[in-house]
Amino acid sequence: MIQVEGLTKKYARHVAVNDISFSVEKGDIVGFLGPNGAGKTTTMRILTCFMPPTAGRANVAGFDVFEQPFEVKKRIGYLPEAPPLYPEMNVRDYLTFVARLKNVPAAELKNRTEQVMERCSVADVKDKLISKLSKGYRQRVGLAQAIIHNPDVLILDEPTSGLDPKQITETRDLIQGLSGEHTIILSTHILPEVEAVCRKVIIINKGRLVATDSVENLKSRAGVGNAVQIQVETGGQADVIAVHQKLEQVQGVKKVLDRSTTGEHYVFEVESLPGHNARADLARAVVHAGWNLLELKSPYTLEEVYLSLTGGPAEENAAVPAGVVQ
Amino acid sequence: MRNIWTICRRELYSYFVSPIAWVLLTIFALLSGVFTYDMAGLFVRAGFESQMQGQSFPMNINEQVLAPLLSNISVIGLFLIPLISMRLFAEEKRQMTIELLVTSPIHDTEIVIGKWLSAVLMYGALLVVLLADVAFLFIYGNPDWKPFLTGFLGVLLQGACILALGTFISTLTKNQIVAGAIGFALALLLWILSWSTSFGSSPTVQVLNYLSIISHQDTFTRGVIDSKDVIYYLSMIFLGLFLTTRSLESLRWRA
Repeated sequence: MIQVEGLTKKYARHVAVNDISFSVEKGDIVGFLGPNGAGKTTTMRILTCFMPPTAGRANVAGFDVFEQPFEVKKRIGYLPEAPPLYPEMNVRDYLTFVARLKNVPAAELKNRTEQVMERCSVADVKDKLISKLSKGYRQRVGLAQAIIHNPDVLILDEPTSGLDPKQITETRDLIQGLSGEHTIILSTHILPEVEAVCRKVIIINKGRLVATDSVENLKSRAGVGNAVQIQVETGGQADVIAVHQKLEQVQGVKKVLDRSTTGEHYVFEVESLPGHNARADLARAVVHAGWNLLELKSPYTLEEVYLSLTGGPAEENAAVPAGVVQ
Repeated sequence: MRNIWTICRRELYSYFVSPIAWVLLTIFALLSGVFTYDMAGLFVRAGFESQMQGQSFPMNINEQVLAPLLSNISVIGLFLIPLISMRLFAEEKRQMTIELLVTSPIHDTEIVIGKWLSAVLMYGALLVVLLADVAFLFIYGNPDWKPFLTGFLGVLLQGACILALGTFISTLTKNQIVAGAIGFALALLLWILSWSTSFGSSPTVQVLNYLSIISHQDTFTRGVIDSKDVIYYLSMIFLGLFLTTRSLESLRWRA
């Protein structure tokens, strides 16, 4: 559905996107991941024909973005980072306007508008001015705007940024619900979002593609698939060493790391040897020794993958000149 | 065509749900009312005076009321028009809604023409208020409607021309006020160019005078549609819209 080859976008002083290639199959939900300023928005803007690439090709739904932008635009729905809303309009008039703009036939205008308002749960505010809407509603009106002409491809630039947790969950559910009919690319720097929603991940950093694979493959590739994080309540600092030693003695354990401390709670990360699943033994070891086992879980592994691929915490890279022009 | 109308309609919607349209209509109604009252009052007084002196000068309501009224209106237009065009693109850029427009299956020229057309219609709505004032002259007097019609056309053309330039200026900034101020300065400059005629009649002065936006009004108010003036206005409109389209295109390359 989407093929990108050697895509490059240069600005006067820096390269925002550097020789990126990937492809997305029909019906996929792809997470577009990267620190701020990595070139996510630039790539999306090229795919939506907002701006032309400096070099390389991008093909959306069978049409080249540079040669036949009109055909591409007809088949693409785009939600920019800031939803493109006119605050002085009410929701219904706004969506009708967008439907007209996207060449929805006049006879279907009313129907389509009603449908997307239902779909994105904004029907209850259809007569309200957009300027009076909360951020969550605005985001959903933005989504409604993107799907109003029933496009083959949906491009969503940070669809959940700035929403509260409940709204984030609702928006994610909505996006997942859309995945049947549309091919979706969504950019984000929130990792749980990718795990929750996407089947495939494209990670870029400093304008370069660093990985493109399924979520599971990425995890196993980084070799953090059989790590376990354990939280234990102990009597004090002396006990920590004891716990550490105890954990190390469990069969199949390769390495134990002290992670963090909060009061009496200690967190350890235990990496087992390949082929071993030491979780049951670990739990037994802790409980038998008389300590309280508070938590035993898989550490957030996609994050590890992400950090190892993008070379450090996201904040460090924020200083890179952004390819995003506001 | 359908796309132009889609854009134009939305712009008109925005004019009329925001205070801009109503503020402009009020200001214009006040000013054009005062001017009509003044001109008509002067005319009536001159009529009385010539009667009392027992002389009968030829009086012409077209030349003594309508023509000066229209030329006053065209000057008011210079001041109000930048207020109409300043938001067209500046506001889209500020709210980032421009991304919606340029990623929709619609040509840049359609966006530009649609927006400009809405501004012309907005200005037309102001002029309708003037028509209401002038209607009284037609009810109680007997002016010739043809020179008024050409004069009216001239005012509308002049407005369309400044609006085209204003639309272009609006693409250059995110700030409405900046767009308004530059538009106003440009309109003023195009107006005072006509003052250069007082410096003689060298070729430079003639060129400057031709460029002046106001010097093309007189023929219209006299009831003459001169191709020289029509071509001036149409070419200025074309220039403005052409520059706007180019500026919108360059926005993509630079963005």
